Amino acid sequence: MVEHGDIRVVHRGGSKINFREPVLSHDSRLLLCASGECVKVFSSSTEECVHDLQGHTDLVTGVLLNPSNHLQAYSCSADGTVRLWDFTDGILIKVQLHCHHVSVQPLSVSVFVYLLMCMCVTLTRLLSSSQGEYIASAKGLHLEVYFFKKQKSYRFSLKEDNKKGAKNTFTCLSCHPKDDCIATGHEDGKIRLWRNFNHKREYTYSTLHWHHSAVSSVRFTPEGTNLLSGGVESVLVQWRYNQETQKDFLPRLGAAITHIAVSPDGELFCTAHSDNKLTVIQSCVKVSAVIQGLVKGESVRTDLMVDPRSKALVLNGKPGHLQFYSLQRDKQLYNLDIVQQEYIHESGLQQFEVVKAAFDTRGNWLATVEERKQKDSTLELNLKLWAYDEQTQSFVLNTTVSGPHEARITAMCFCHTADSQTTMLVSASQDGHFKAWQLESNHYFYEGPFWSCDFVGAYHSLVPECCCFSADGSLLAISFQEVVTVWSPASWELLTTLSQPPGAIRDLCFGRQSCSKYLLGTTAKNLLCCWNLLTCTLEWSTSMDVSLLLSDPLSENMAAFCSHAGLFVFKPSEPRPLFSHKAICSGKVTRAVFAPREEMLESCEESSQWLNRSQLYFLTQYMDLMTFITKAEEDRLMASSKRLVIDDSVAVTPFYLLLGKHRQQQQEKQDRSFSAERNQLPQGSVAIKELLHTPAHVLPSASFLCSMFVRSLLISVTDKEKKSEEEEMESDKEEESECEMEASTMGQGQTAEAQETAAPALTKAQARELRRVKKLDHSWLSSLLDS
Amino acid sequence: MASFKPTKIQVYPKLGEKVTQDTLYWKNYKAPVQIKEFGAVTNIDFSPVAPHNYAVTAFTRIHIYGPFSQEPVKSFTRFKDTAYCGRFRSDGQLLVAGCEDSVVRLFDVSGKVALRMFKGHTKAVRVTDFTSDRYHILTGSDDYTCRLWDIPNSTELTSYQEHTDYIRCGITSKLNRDLFITGSYDHTLKLFDARVNKSVMTMDHGQPVESLLLYPSEGLLVSAGGRYVKVWDLLKGGQPLVSLKNHHKTVTCLCLSSNGQRLLSASLDRHVKVYNTTNYKVVHNFDYAASILSLGLAPDDESIVVGMTNGILSIKHRKSSEETKEISGQQKRRPAYRVFVKGKNYVPKQDDYLVSKPVKQHLAKYDKQLKRFNVSKALDTALETWTRFRKPEITVAVIKELDRRGTLKNALAGRDERGLSQLLNFLVGNLVDPRFAPVLVPATEMILDIYQSVIGQSPVVDVQLQRLQDLLEREIGYQQDLLEVLGMLDTMFTSSLPRKEVPCSGISRPNGLAQGDASLTVL
Repeated sequence: MVEHGDIRVVHRGGSKINFREPVLSHDSRLLLCASGECVKVFSSSTEECVHDLQGHTDLVTGVLLNPSNHLQAYSCSADGTVRLWDFTDGILIKVQLHCHHVSVQPLSVSVFVYLLMCMCVTLTRLLSSSQGEYIASAKGLHLEVYFFKKQKSYRFSLKEDNKKGAKNTFTCLSCHPKDDCIATGHEDGKIRLWRNFNHKREYTYSTLHWHHSAVSSVRFTPEGTNLLSGGVESVLVQWRYNQETQKDFLPRLGAAITHIAVSPDGELFCTAHSDNKLTVIQSCVKVSAVIQGLVKGESVRTDLMVDPRSKALVLNGKPGHLQFYSLQRDKQLYNLDIVQQEYIHESGLQQFEVVKAAFDTRGNWLATVEERKQKDSTLELNLKLWAYDEQTQSFVLNTTVSGPHEARITAMCFCHTADSQTTMLVSASQDGHFKAWQLESNHYFYEGPFWSCDFVGAYHSLVPECCCFSADGSLLAISFQEVVTVWSPASWELLTTLSQPPGAIRDLCFGRQSCSKYLLGTTAKNLLCCWNLLTCTLEWSTSMDVSLLLSDPLSENMAAFCSHAGLFVFKPSEPRPLFSHKAICSGKVTRAVFAPREEMLESCEESSQWLNRSQLYFLTQYMDLMTFITKAEEDRLMASSKRLVIDDSVAVTPFYLLLGKHRQQQQEKQDRSFSAERNQLPQGSVAIKELLHTPAHVLPSASFLCSMFVRSLLISVTDKEKKSEEEEMESDKEEESECEMEASTMGQGQTAEAQETAAPALTKAQARELRRVKKLDHSWLSSLLDS
Repeated sequence: MASFKPTKIQVYPKLGEKVTQDTLYWKNYKAPVQIKEFGAVTNIDFSPVAPHNYAVTAFTRIHIYGPFSQEPVKSFTRFKDTAYCGRFRSDGQLLVAGCEDSVVRLFDVSGKVALRMFKGHTKAVRVTDFTSDRYHILTGSDDYTCRLWDIPNSTELTSYQEHTDYIRCGITSKLNRDLFITGSYDHTLKLFDARVNKSVMTMDHGQPVESLLLYPSEGLLVSAGGRYVKVWDLLKGGQPLVSLKNHHKTVTCLCLSSNGQRLLSASLDRHVKVYNTTNYKVVHNFDYAASILSLGLAPDDESIVVGMTNGILSIKHRKSSEETKEISGQQKRRPAYRVFVKGKNYVPKQDDYLVSKPVKQHLAKYDKQLKRFNVSKALDTALETWTRFRKPEITVAVIKELDRRGTLKNALAGRDERGLSQLLNFLVGNLVDPRFAPVLVPATEMILDIYQSVIGQSPVVDVQLQRLQDLLEREIGYQQDLLEVLGMLDTMFTSSLPRKEVPCSGISRPNGLAQGDASLTVL
């Protein structure tokens, strides 16, 4: 085994941001949402991620504003802790340890503690009225309202389904902020408004019905004038409270709505969608911002790919789309609409899905396959070829081939040659044929270049499973169950057949660079085979349960994932693996890709050399995007993040800048005039630093501080300083001249930095005053802070 | 918020002819003018001088038409029997014609009575022509002889008796006054030189020769006879250059377009074919109502004149460029240009507050209904008469979209008698179209499922259903026949084709039998 102590598997972005309800800050400027193991703070206007509140060690299960301080937020996590954050600055303030598994969704802090204690994990939804008089919870077919004052709970039940086939299961609820009214959403799309529920018998409810399938979220606006609801239809419905016939709609939000949040001032709404998206909506029902994360469905039908141009990770995203996801910035770049059809938001409907996609080497062409299979009708297949348009910087549809094959397409690949003028695409299908598609320049009917079928091949009416072009594009290997056939794309001659029974071939890969004479394949009978194409013989084979085999496009390395999540990185020509790792994650690795690095790593250690040119990303069974990181890289990342933190703490206030500048000058002066004794400089002391850096809202009131500050001024100077006063006077003059010098440069306005302009210019008297303040003793402050 | 994505209308490749420069050129003629003559039109000859009148020989008359007249400008009626081969001299002043009564007559174009009568042949004279020096006449006759006559003296100069059958075509050289070529029913072409008393070159066409044509350079000779058009290289001693077999009946007439780039041949099979003279490929084809006997092309291809066995003369004039524009302008009166640019070129000033108006998406009628989820109405709009007949692909696309949305059944159900018969009418018209069948067959099944309870209640619907049943039965019959033919062809191919070592290539293979065979040979 190769030592691999310094290579670690880490999560790499793309975590869910729609897991829990997002939270809007009081001024509607910031948006908080739980995202994996951290809480993300987005700007609601620019869509940028402002802070990443890291600290939890497990999934964050809830985020909530602190009702007593609107600049703080609580977060709870599955690791059993509740943390209090200052989310504007991204600082962790407090950690409350809680031994239990916290996975409830707290919705009102006044009952926060209560929630933690009651641990109602099984409840679907919990809500309390704004006055905190009661708490309502719904589970299954029961609505339970608990009144704090009376210490009494009422339970209301609905029948499972009535004659009309309505399904009454509760899905969500919301309490009216002023009236005694609870809105509940139901499985069959109805919304019930419950009133008079403080009596066991005399409760009433009214029904609103617009949604055709389950309501996933209902929410009252803070004023209680409107009720918002959303569901699978991906339409946000705004009902007027007490005038329910009047509705506003915001249709086509892209994907099913999972959560709705409203800012405390009612200015903004925020909807979370099932495609990992947050939409910020103004109260006039207009979309103002969209925050899109990595879309992850149940499975990735297309393979993971890397766009050669943008170096973005490409996989299928929301239905009928291909998403381009930047790995460096952890942000979705854009969605490419492949199907170009109106998406009907209805469960149980068979939709077109993108099942295959492939890029050519330079990223000029993209080929996609979409399919739709209905129960008893024929399979609908479309092969689309997209050309990269330099002007619009995106892909433009060039050719659509409807029904390229009679059955499902099993594999598709582009020819790899970088220099050749003609590009070739090969698609293999379950109908027993493989087809080669080529770009044709002109035709009497179509304008411009288009793709057409060049060759149809078959072998013994077997089903082709995988296809692969060699690195120089001179050979095409296609596996037909147990037989690998090697073709020459230039003449479409069958050059040779390779077979290594038993077991059907599952994966095929040509070696790269120095190993280009090798062809590797894995079989269903747990064999990894390597054929030498020069001698057409089996070079070596080993018994190994490989689930995924892929080659690094930039080096001769190949990676093989075992079905028990083991990883082997090897060169086909060498018997010893370069790197091996057992159980890199729980479950099976479903997809993986080598993404080229922007800058090469200079690692000389043998075990991590394979990560020098490209990085290996993989998707686990649970759709987590993970990657390998070396120790050196990790250190570098840590250092850069630390530097960022330090930079952050330097709050750029005029006051601070002024002091900082003077400090620098004085330090210089100290070096010159040996006045090292004066160690009590105000800005140097820890207390002052803390005073300056602590947000104003956590400090005591200014009047309180002022009296103490003034008192501290009365303390006499020490003897040492008296002695050096004469020196000081002289140096004062120097300083003054320096100040003038600076003022003149500022006047020229050439080298003046933004910081300097921000700082108000000081008069001489003020400067002198300030200097005197600095000389004073500030021990009073430290005592204040300690208290 | 994304906007509504309209229904995608599938674009099907256009079937039929390719659109080339040639088709555009040869299609650019107006609707033909048809003139009824007294009998079969045997010859058409254009005057070489402007205004390019043409002489039409039909039965016992020769009519001369002006370029745009529908009435003859002049008629020569003094023939005792059927006239043949009325031809203009190169100055357009004289006209010569043969006759069934073996007399050759020479007319002044402005006069009425024959200037000269050349008697000497013993049988009908089918071929007459002027030599290039304008003083001699060539004639060919059914008495197997061809003769040269002197016009001023009206005497016979020479007589050649080399052919062994009727002489039905002949042509004189435009460059040399002594050379002429005749074609005969004895399958030969003979090149004569008036300076010697026998033929200097003989070519065998293989079929009775019906028509001859010399290229302007006179290096190449084209002959038509039987179903063949043959091109001979005279400079290489009459070597056959190419043989064309594009007609399925006797080719009767040949003609060269004015620039010499295209060759036209007319045949009894009612077609005129246009060949490219560089590669001799057919580039265009005209259809006519009856067998064609004669063909004429005006200078600059201004008009195509065709004479047929039923005595109809068909004249097609070229569309002038202004006319084409005028017609298209009349068809659609669009709003003036300034309507569209109104206010568009206004540049906002510095202090102006810009109010951006949302761009309204234009949607088709059916898309508007689909957007509102009115599925039945969407189908109704797509089934409107105009769409249904002119653009069936739109109707099919809407049906497909409804199927994708899972609401096709709802859209099809609940129709009254009129609506249902309209729907069935559409299905009867398009169900067997292979482009639409994958979409329409499930829809038809659905309709039958929904409306099976109302069968027998309405005579209109029952008639339509009966038609549908007939159509399907016929289609099944066709499919069976085709499969049988396919099976026969496969057996023939497998027994006749040599076994190839190359693995199966080509676009498609007929069926599994051949496929298995081909892949067996791979090993």
